[in-house]
Amino acid sequence: MSNFKYHILVCGGTGCRASHSDQIIANFNQLLADKGLSKDVQVVTTGCFGFCEKGPIVKMLPDNTFYTSVKPEDCREIIEEHIVKGRKVNRLLYLNPETKEHIEDSKHMGFYQKQLRVALRNCGFIDPENIDEYFARDGYAALAQVLEQNDPKATIEIIKKAGLRGRGGAGFPTGLKWELAAKSEGDEKYVVCNADEGDPGAFMDRSILEGDPHTVLEAMAINGFCIGASKGLIYIRAEYPLAIRRLQIAIKQATEYGLLGKNIMGTDFSFTIELKYGAGAFVCGEETALIHSMEGNRGEPTFKPPFPAQQGYLKKPTNVNNVETYANIPVILLKGWEWFSSIGTEKSKGTKVFALAGKINNVGLIEVPMGITLREVIYEIGGGIKDGKKFKAVQTGGPSGGCLTEKFLDTPIDYDSLLAAGSMMGSGGMIVMDEDDCMVSVARFYLDFTVEESCGKCAPCRIGNKRLCEILDKITHGHGTMEDLENLSNLAGVIKDASLCGLGQTSPNPVLSTIDNFWDEYVAHVVDKKCPAGQCKALKRYMIDPDACIGCTACARACPVGAITGEKKMVHEINQETCIKCGACYEKCKFNAIFIK
Amino acid sequence: MSSIKIQISQNTRSKIEEICKSYNYEQGELINVLHKTQEYLGYLPAEAQEVIAKEMNIPTAKVYGVVSFYSFFTMVPKGRFPISICMGTACYVRGAEKILDEFKKQLGLSVGETAPDGLFSLASLRCVGACGLAPVVLVGEKVYGRLATDDVKGIIDEYKNSADVI
Repeated sequence: MSNFKYHILVCGGTGCRASHSDQIIANFNQLLADKGLSKDVQVVTTGCFGFCEKGPIVKMLPDNTFYTSVKPEDCREIIEEHIVKGRKVNRLLYLNPETKEHIEDSKHMGFYQKQLRVALRNCGFIDPENIDEYFARDGYAALAQVLEQNDPKATIEIIKKAGLRGRGGAGFPTGLKWELAAKSEGDEKYVVCNADEGDPGAFMDRSILEGDPHTVLEAMAINGFCIGASKGLIYIRAEYPLAIRRLQIAIKQATEYGLLGKNIMGTDFSFTIELKYGAGAFVCGEETALIHSMEGNRGEPTFKPPFPAQQGYLKKPTNVNNVETYANIPVILLKGWEWFSSIGTEKSKGTKVFALAGKINNVGLIEVPMGITLREVIYEIGGGIKDGKKFKAVQTGGPSGGCLTEKFLDTPIDYDSLLAAGSMMGSGGMIVMDEDDCMVSVARFYLDFTVEESCGKCAPCRIGNKRLCEILDKITHGHGTMEDLENLSNLAGVIKDASLCGLGQTSPNPVLSTIDNFWDEYVAHVVDKKCPAGQCKALKRYMIDPDACIGCTACARACPVGAITGEKKMVHEINQETCIKCGACYEKCKFNAIFIK
Repeated sequence: MSSIKIQISQNTRSKIEEICKSYNYEQGELINVLHKTQEYLGYLPAEAQEVIAKEMNIPTAKVYGVVSFYSFFTMVPKGRFPISICMGTACYVRGAEKILDEFKKQLGLSVGETAPDGLFSLASLRCVGACGLAPVVLVGEKVYGRLATDDVKGIIDEYKNSADVI
């Protein structure tokens, strides 16, 4: 990268591409060519910077200027002002919402100050389609070190001592998993990377694969060497076309450089990596289901034992790890287990990537040390709740997790504390909700998801979740009874106890945690037939304020069912029996005389 | 199996046979074969599944079992402009359900349906990973972000008009 005076880094992640970052890159290149600057300035397409809220992001090196919400038509000004005249384009800098000052360098932004990037260390810094840039960031040095030492046991020992736990959700110690697979007897073994990210609202694995694909390949090769496998498989969602393309490019480049394939770096170790495509089934994140899917079958989980480490893909010993887990491996081996285990809490070491989304000011991808509190994440990194509304709950762990309230805001984020609080780490979705969100509806939303994604093998999960969903539907429509609430809890317990896999065992969590934390809200729906958040349409009551109504008849004319009566210039009235709560009157009234109760 | 009965042409049959052959008729590659076939045909009609079953020596019931298990596979042809509403949690809390309702109303379609004229089809999907732009809608591969219900008509018209031009 040394011959260029400037580098323009443009985010090529999915979020920013959706806001035309590829057009921005094309414009920059065109403008630079027109001005004869192509030799001095290099435009680099990088992976996700994380600050998706204000995308597309453009970063200028060497001065680290961080431009936000850049549009294709802004490129000319950036080139002419920043590059040619050396003046920053102030209007594109991030505006500190509190001080109203522009911030030039991203490291001074609240969003980045509390973050610690380990798994995401290269995302947003390198061009993921160029292996040389990965080399420049110590790429494949860990693999070289491991091959040179030629002591798989010692390498596994380092991973064990580092205390790395699986980042896919359950948190099983990675080193132990490798050890089990290494000890299993088999003429052939497999290494599998689980990239079937299905949690709605989580996109960290995709961002790592799009932004730093080589790190996953390197870690898989190390994994293969440690357990004695010569074949790696990446099980990836077909819905991730960009990640697939970047992986294909990375595999090709690594093979050309002799970092994958036969006799890697001149040793006896051979390792190849192949992609296997998922086809949209959440349950395939469960490792036995994933293996069945890779074999071309329906992705239904099976009983463990035998564990995949004993009998996995094609009945051979198989080690399955998640993308983020792999992204931690090379850096642990290079910096040492002491360094890694110094980050985090006693039982949860290192960092965790979260997809922070929902009603929060700074939506994006963040990586924080374990043990940070929810409050720090939501208020300091996330910049607080959107539109100055009141915080209500934060949902972690996706459809298997729970909703945590204000009283848990000072809970340190680690595997065990979140579990104790009634939620879980999960793969790292973190959705913030404000006072306008109805928790009964949120629970129903997750159940809807589970009902659709249950593979149907176990009756408690297949039928039980459907019944849970129906009861929640009944409650949100104002037909619920107190007995329904009791049934919800009982049924949820049965589903948890009697399901085979993680999906069924955790699927009632959103219901249980909302019942625990928002009991009053359930009671309001059932007893008072009211939705305190005003979300449940069937429970809304449109009323006319007699003091404000001037009798213009606009509402009566707009009502599709003739529920509004009243003489001209007289106060109107809504017949609640006939009203279908369509809201047409509410939108028509120019005098704010119609309100929702 | 499916309400749509079609006679597949010899051409299509040969293409499917070719796909099966390219995967060496390995039964473990069934999902990849289905991906390739859907890529070619746009959907997986019962007749195509029968061809695959025969070629790969797998019971038709098993092929159908796999097709119906995974949400990515469809037995109904999609519209020329497939509309997908993201129903990931981030989009949901930022009002995706209202957007979906508006599309349903405007198009007169339910989720999973294709309009009789074949122009639009409506689907919901889980998280496209553009949560910063929530709520998000995809038409084909084009992403529309930060939508309000008022924007829905404009999007539909945009494609209707482009269809008229063509």
